Amino acid sequence: MNNSIKYLLFVTGILLFQKSNSIAQKPTTGSLHIKNASILTITNGTIELSDLLVLDGKIAKIERNITPPAGVKTIDAFGMYLMPGIIDAHSHIGIDAVNEATSPVTAEVNVGEAIDPFDISIYRALAGGVTISHAMHGSANAIGGQCQTIKHRYGTFEPNDLKMEGAPRTIKFALGENPMRVHGEGNGIMPRTRMGVEQIFRNAFSEAQLYQKAWEDYKAGKTNMSPNYNLRMETLVDILKGNILIHCHSYRADEILMLMNVLKDFGIKKICFQHVNEGFKVAPELAKFGATASVFSDWWAYKFEVYYSTAYNAAILTKNGVVTSINSDSEDFIRHLYHQAAKTQRYGNLSDDEALKLITINPAKQLGIDHRVGSIEIGKDADLVLFRGHPLSVYAVPQKTIVDGIIRFDIDNDPADMRLLPSATEQFSDAYIERLKSSDRCMQDVFETLFSGEADYSQYLRYQYSIGKSHNHD
Amino acid sequence: MTRSIILLTFFVAGFFQGISQNVLKPEAGNFLLKNGTLYTMDNGIYVGDLLIRNGIIEAVGTNLKPDFPIVLIDCTNKLIYPGLIDAGTRLGLSEIGSVSLTNDYSEIGDFIPQMKALTAVNPNAVAIPVTRTNGVTTVLTAPSGGRVPGTAALIDLVGYTPAQMYAGYEGIILNFPSSGRRGSWDRRTDEEVTKDAEKALNKLNELWDNMKLYANIDSTQKTQKIAAEKYLPAYQAMIPVLKGQQQLLIEVNKQEDILAALRWVKGKNLNVVLTGVSEGWRVADSIAASKIPVITGPVVALPSRAYDRYDAAYANAHRMTKAGVKVALRTNDIENVRNLPFHAGFAVAYGMSRLEALRSITIHPAEIFGVADKYGSLTKGKVANVVISSADIFEPKSRIEHLFIRGLKVPLENRQTLLYDEFINRDPNH
Repeated sequence: MNNSIKYLLFVTGILLFQKSNSIAQKPTTGSLHIKNASILTITNGTIELSDLLVLDGKIAKIERNITPPAGVKTIDAFGMYLMPGIIDAHSHIGIDAVNEATSPVTAEVNVGEAIDPFDISIYRALAGGVTISHAMHGSANAIGGQCQTIKHRYGTFEPNDLKMEGAPRTIKFALGENPMRVHGEGNGIMPRTRMGVEQIFRNAFSEAQLYQKAWEDYKAGKTNMSPNYNLRMETLVDILKGNILIHCHSYRADEILMLMNVLKDFGIKKICFQHVNEGFKVAPELAKFGATASVFSDWWAYKFEVYYSTAYNAAILTKNGVVTSINSDSEDFIRHLYHQAAKTQRYGNLSDDEALKLITINPAKQLGIDHRVGSIEIGKDADLVLFRGHPLSVYAVPQKTIVDGIIRFDIDNDPADMRLLPSATEQFSDAYIERLKSSDRCMQDVFETLFSGEADYSQYLRYQYSIGKSHNHD
Repeated sequence: MTRSIILLTFFVAGFFQGISQNVLKPEAGNFLLKNGTLYTMDNGIYVGDLLIRNGIIEAVGTNLKPDFPIVLIDCTNKLIYPGLIDAGTRLGLSEIGSVSLTNDYSEIGDFIPQMKALTAVNPNAVAIPVTRTNGVTTVLTAPSGGRVPGTAALIDLVGYTPAQMYAGYEGIILNFPSSGRRGSWDRRTDEEVTKDAEKALNKLNELWDNMKLYANIDSTQKTQKIAAEKYLPAYQAMIPVLKGQQQLLIEVNKQEDILAALRWVKGKNLNVVLTGVSEGWRVADSIAASKIPVITGPVVALPSRAYDRYDAAYANAHRMTKAGVKVALRTNDIENVRNLPFHAGFAVAYGMSRLEALRSITIHPAEIFGVADKYGSLTKGKVANVVISSADIFEPKSRIEHLFIRGLKVPLENRQTLLYDEFINRDPNH
């Protein structure tokens, strides 16, 4: 064998040995046979007593008396309900950092670069039937960082394995008290008022348009020197082009209208408002714009901008034609989104189907992944959850949660300690009690970012108390 | 001419009636709840009638035929429950969490038992009507903060003054020293954490000795008719607790701390209840042996440790009940105390029987607070706190149809339902 061929073989061998770390791997998939379940398809009614076959991570067959291929495990689901894996459109689990709170505009940062596959919250979410969550940047900034849709493939040590391949890019915007508190009150820079918040967007988008024009002129040969490459501007241009979906933390009716007007002026057509506690007051306007809404089940009164909320929000939005989902924004609530959705039956009389859509196909639409997940249809991803008890009953208990055809949570095989990387010095923390207070998790990390190193614990408590996150002070 | 004037007067009066807003208020009266499924809590479950008169449950049974005028409430196919009791909240003590001047539950000072939550309760808190619409009629509202943050009070969710709302029980809160970390921000070393915990416990014991000393001095001064030299309200407030006449609610959560609290209480002859107890399942046998009752919750919560099974908090109350502990549930919430029945439902989903869960939010808290002669069951002579539900009160799909607190028929409207009424069909044109 001559030397160049040996050299080629050697290089090929090395290349084959390399794992590509920067691109998400093709995920591991599984095959399963589920027998005799009541199937809540979401988009096609309920099929009482049917089998479902999963092949290589996709839903292959839905019919009675399926004979599975050899080697495919059968789950006896008689008496159980099978529904699509629940999708949480607003979460902060599985990421190492939440708030790059250092500027009112930080479009260039991306939580997808800080994924934490060891977060036990991912497993706990699986135990609550959630297969996909939208890991979001926090709400400290008017234009925050990019978010990452993750599949709960718990068990992997490789952060990129959690990224849902093909999920559209998304970014976090924030209106109202949080950016005003962090930048106006905290740092003495705009925005301090809702007037300022509007101008942050107009400034950013206008500058992005100039940047875009400068590059187009250069590429068309009209100028000789390229403009400076600026990742923040690049990201804003992608938003203008519609290549990044905006998810905007918002509460008050007037600020929701403000942002829709800004988007209209800049030709941006798609937006999902998050929390949007006063969305019900402008439901016709939201429906007319085509905006969608991702709301809490019943949180209110922890800040002034949510004082005039109602638990009927989801129902009012749904009845007025706004695609609505219920989210958790909490590593606790992500574990019982099925119960949160059920509350809309008391607060607004939503039907079973309407309530279940809030945690399946609707959040899938809001994340741009409804062609892949969110309902039980042949060809879709096998993201499924089996319940004992109807999911909208308070007595429902998830039995098995399946992602890409692999059982990732099994109540019959659930040891107490499911950590991947145990800590030798794990300590019970009273802060766990504090975190039980229901309020949005969107201000996580802000105190650390603003004050780290300079403040002491009592200052931390006072800060937490001031943003309504603590009921103790020293 | 006179007739036209009279007609005109009626017309004008009617016109003004129409303009004035229909403000819904609790209405007094005598009510016969007929043919509902009664969850009496002390005499089984059966289909029957309940008679409310002058704020009291006058009779419970079948085929009741009162000989005085009543308003008939047809409860066919409905379920009748005692008003639900939340054994730990800050309801009425905070309006908006992040607006500190609306928060009245945490005063400055480490040892301030004389701070009375009852004084600071806002009877017009917006969260109160929101809460009772889900069937919660009575709550313990408690101060929080330092070592002894104040005196909690049991209140019914009806009334325009705190005194009217008062339901006959006040207890003093003790936050037992915690040996755990305070959070991810806690930068102390492990040795510092242990040392601080020891110091805190020593300080508590010192405080207790001082309290006993003060109580002695006080009783001596009284018997010998000597005037006191100093005004020490904090120590004064603790005297009934030392004598076992007033209940001490000890907030403690971590496993080691629960055992430490049980040791600490031994031999002191106090009337004690443990609250919080989120790791109670770890030491349920010890708690049961002590015969001290427990108020725990919220049920729907995260496990306390990363290596705990995901349902540790859901199953906590049941596991303690199974070991023989008397358990009452709390939401420990302010604006979402309304979720109490759902927390109870979760406890059932993860082990408790439905009846036991119902007990933990009716008769058990009443017994723990020493007000079981008035609250906690559908029993003749008790205060008429009664809830009528379309179906299982734990299920979100059910609806509360009628609500009675102190025998008043309480409207189920609140600001959130009114917002629904206003905006469900908003005309986009104006």
